[in-house]
Amino acid sequence: MSKTPVTFTHNGAETAVFVDGGANLLDVLRRGVGDLSPKYGCGQGTCGACTVLIDGAPHLACLVLAEAAAGRRIETTAGLQTGPEPHPLQRHFMEGFAAQCGYCTPGMLMAAKALLDASPNPSREQVIEAISGNLCRCTGYEPIVDAILAAAAEMRGRVA
Amino acid sequence: MLSVETHPTLADAARAMGDRRRYMGGGTLVMRDANYGAPAFDAILRTTDPALGEVRREGDGLFVGAGVTMARIMAAPELSFLAPAARAVGGPAVRNMATLGGNLFAPAPYGDLATALLALDARVRMVDGGEQDMERFLAGRDRTGLVAGVSLTPPERDAFRFLKVSRVKPKGVSVLSIAACLPRPAGRLAGARIAFGAMGPTPLRAKRAEAALEGARLDAEGIAPALAVAAEGLAPADDAIASAWYRREVAPVHLGRLLLEGEPAQ
Repeated sequence: MSKTPVTFTHNGAETAVFVDGGANLLDVLRRGVGDLSPKYGCGQGTCGACTVLIDGAPHLACLVLAEAAAGRRIETTAGLQTGPEPHPLQRHFMEGFAAQCGYCTPGMLMAAKALLDASPNPSREQVIEAISGNLCRCTGYEPIVDAILAAAAEMRGRVA
Repeated sequence: MLSVETHPTLADAARAMGDRRRYMGGGTLVMRDANYGAPAFDAILRTTDPALGEVRREGDGLFVGAGVTMARIMAAPELSFLAPAARAVGGPAVRNMATLGGNLFAPAPYGDLATALLALDARVRMVDGGEQDMERFLAGRDRTGLVAGVSLTPPERDAFRFLKVSRVKPKGVSVLSIAACLPRPAGRLAGARIAFGAMGPTPLRAKRAEAALEGARLDAEGIAPALAVAAEGLAPADDAIASAWYRREVAPVHLGRLLLEGEPAQ
């Protein structure tokens, strides 16, 4: 069975890949594009480790048919750091010990980025809701929520 | 490897359906099956039909396309009465993907939005333009055609209520969900509709409870006969979330809380 060409924007770069029929976007990003930042956790939409942004909104890459990503704008954790310094979310995750094993972290970061892009000054409840589809089995979530709120405060300060 | 077909219209996709061919909406159900290998289908059919994403007025009612996502329902002012049920589905990423049409086919314990639509007496519009009521559709959904959307009449102000019971907050799979449409034209209930999710293979109406609420007032005394028969006719299953026994035990408790929500204390 032939492969299908699919083009999309990956972290700002025009990208073209050939995909197998029925392949999901996560597989295509990891094996086709070589972006290993989104993780395979459950493959059924439960864990959120594969969360990426499609046209700015969080999606579960493991449940996105690769063909459906054609022409869309895909953002992953690999594209968060745009200069020499980590993104504020990444740095506050490190400094606040919001990652232990780190497997959920890319999904958490992208869910948080979607929130902060839409709501620069979120409440704690909004942060909890934003990461409610992302499972962490290490930290107990509180350091993650704190890190997102700290990053939001820093980013607001930069804009001001 | 599966084959993937993308059709310009839903009607084209319907004509291409057949054995071992599966139609995909938002992908949250179909891709899960595809990811786990050896799915019961060889081809995925999808459409880019823009009509599936429409929310529009039709006379006194509304039409909501099968491709409208939970996130879109939550953001649409004219669908604010459905927002609590849409918000009950998954986390934010799932809600950006999961569609109304897919929820109509979601197996228990999923299908919270379909539970709400059953209580609202929505009508399912099929690809050929024909409509059937939610109850009949759900009973035969395993052998039905493709769905274009639903038509429904918005409930009167404060007449519709929804409750999802889950063990994990704010996102968790349903122990059960309850939707209630509670018209009170003269202070007493008339034609109430109660639907339970995760209390059977599909969302089901609690018809004994509905009958017991006819003419009743929404107070502890008025709803007591309905609570006594709340789980009659329902068929919950044992699963990883709860046992059938537990679901039957707690169904009247949660129905009582929903019915008295916002009512003056006695």
